[in-house]
Amino acid sequence: MRVVKILERLLATIPIMFGVAIIVFFFMRLTPGDPVDIMMGQGGAVSTGEIERLREEFNLDKPLLVQLWLFLKDALRGDLGYSYILKRPVTTLIAERLPATIELALGALLVSLLFSIPVGILSAVRQNSLLDRLTMASSFLGISMPGFWLGIILILLFSVRWGWLPVQGRISADLKLQQVTGFFVLDSLLTGNRQALISSLRHLVLPSITLGAPVAAVVARVLRSSMLETLRSDYVMLARSKGAHEWNVVLKHALRNALIPTVTVVGLQVGILLGGNMIIEAVFGWPGLGRMVVDAIFNRDFPLIQGSVMVYAFTFVIANLAVDVMYTYLNPKVSL
Amino acid sequence: MEIAPDVRTLLDRQFYLLRIRLSIWWANFVQFLNELRQHPLALGGGIIILVYIFCALFAEQITVQSAFRGNLRMRLQPPAWLEGGSWEFPLGTDAQGRDILTRVIFGARVSLMVGGLTVGISILIGVMLGTLAGYFRGKLDSLISRFADLLLAFPFLIFAIGVMAFLGPGFTNMILALTFKGWVEFFRLVRGEMMAEKSKEYVEAARATGQSHFAIIVREILPNIIHSVFVLGTLRMGYMIITEASLSFLGLGVPPSLPAWGSMVAAGRDYMLVAWWVSTIPGVALLILVLAINLFGEGLRDILDPRLKVEG
Repeated sequence: MRVVKILERLLATIPIMFGVAIIVFFFMRLTPGDPVDIMMGQGGAVSTGEIERLREEFNLDKPLLVQLWLFLKDALRGDLGYSYILKRPVTTLIAERLPATIELALGALLVSLLFSIPVGILSAVRQNSLLDRLTMASSFLGISMPGFWLGIILILLFSVRWGWLPVQGRISADLKLQQVTGFFVLDSLLTGNRQALISSLRHLVLPSITLGAPVAAVVARVLRSSMLETLRSDYVMLARSKGAHEWNVVLKHALRNALIPTVTVVGLQVGILLGGNMIIEAVFGWPGLGRMVVDAIFNRDFPLIQGSVMVYAFTFVIANLAVDVMYTYLNPKVSL
Repeated sequence: MEIAPDVRTLLDRQFYLLRIRLSIWWANFVQFLNELRQHPLALGGGIIILVYIFCALFAEQITVQSAFRGNLRMRLQPPAWLEGGSWEFPLGTDAQGRDILTRVIFGARVSLMVGGLTVGISILIGVMLGTLAGYFRGKLDSLISRFADLLLAFPFLIFAIGVMAFLGPGFTNMILALTFKGWVEFFRLVRGEMMAEKSKEYVEAARATGQSHFAIIVREILPNIIHSVFVLGTLRMGYMIITEASLSFLGLGVPPSLPAWGSMVAAGRDYMLVAWWVSTIPGVALLILVLAINLFGEGLRDILDPRLKVEG
């Protein structure tokens, strides 16, 4: 039954995906000048015949609705067009960069959960203690701090002043790593390359902390408040009166229910992880999708921008779907 | 208690009603200020915001140095408290020899204007569409709601960056990019509240007295839900300001000729090894403003609309 519901929910995302593609398509057409003019702008003098030929090649001579139809048809087949500047298919370019971005997002998620879950639980258990107050204050700082600035401060302290961690990139330039999946940490584990593993993990630390800080702030706050609520509930009191050990009560009885609203909030933060990485990749010279998009914007490489924005939106929709599914597992009372 | 005066003409009556309304507003405002005193952090946040607004309004009057023209011989001077610094440039100078304090003060203009305008326009659009959708329902409601759902499929910053990519950098384009999706949250809030309020007794009573839909919406329902809109607006303002700074940091925001905190931080990155203050100080100004807005917003929520509160 649950599988059917998940499939239904998956089907419901299809019209949203179509809508996303249509919005992105029309934005592309908002740009002053047509794509061929932009391409020619970089190429120099070209004959009128050549321009006409290119217009035909990119279907720009056809009515707008036909263009939309062709665009959607190509997108369905996984063809997102051709980069004007890098002269390669957009899908290939995105596929090459995506592992770096996902690795960073997962690193940030891991860092934020490793920090926020224990802190959220402890500050609820010891409400109004010094730890609790510090947590609330730092979570306020976390949501008010611009990511790019935090990144720069961390580089100033940990890389420039103390020299503990590297400033830029995913791995030391002098190390050779055989790429299997494109995820450097995973690849170095697969190939048994210890040096590469240490180097890629060291490179991940600062960007992950920077990207994960606002997520950690929000998750710690929400977990704390839902823990406070569950700790006051009747079933927790019952567990205590049965003589269950205090940590058992906290972790088994209270935490499981407190996690339900927390999972929703983590799902909402995926947007921050995806959006934030554009900025963080720029700060740390991380060769991922975000940095490629920012470069594409300056080069006016519209097919690449269009394709990447679509991939970001799809990832966001799928992540939200995954959160919904996880939610039903945690809370059987809720159906999709 | 004032006894109702002798009302003869229509103008007299309107004038009398206006006076009563004003006195109620004033009483509410005084009560709000009293409640704000119970929330010292929110009060502190409010005072900091006022200081920033003052600086932004009177930037020319309160600064001595130029925010735009520098002196290359004075480039990368450290802040006054460091060795080699002077009180001529209390927070040091940037790579073009411009006074950082002056530029930070001028930068408040961009941040506050972007924050205020984007939230203001988003509220206007969101309240209008939310009212229409929530009050009248029907096809219009499902059309706007579907469109809003579509926009929600984009992460906010990516959407803003995408729009800026297509429109090009610039102050107006930035406002457009941020409001294009910014109204959705206000729309959803107002639509939901409208639907809830519409079935309440006071609305039925207003309808029974023969008031028009417009009068019911503007005079009866909106005053009851506008508090929540203001609370959400304050909480969103900090986020909009951070987003503006992020776009300016990437070079996609306001033109480089305007001093904006995001682009100042970006410009200072090249000198991090020799002059940390160039990118650090504008970031501190940004952090303090956003922190103050968030603290004020949380206090405002506790006072005006405790239902929105999610934290314990």
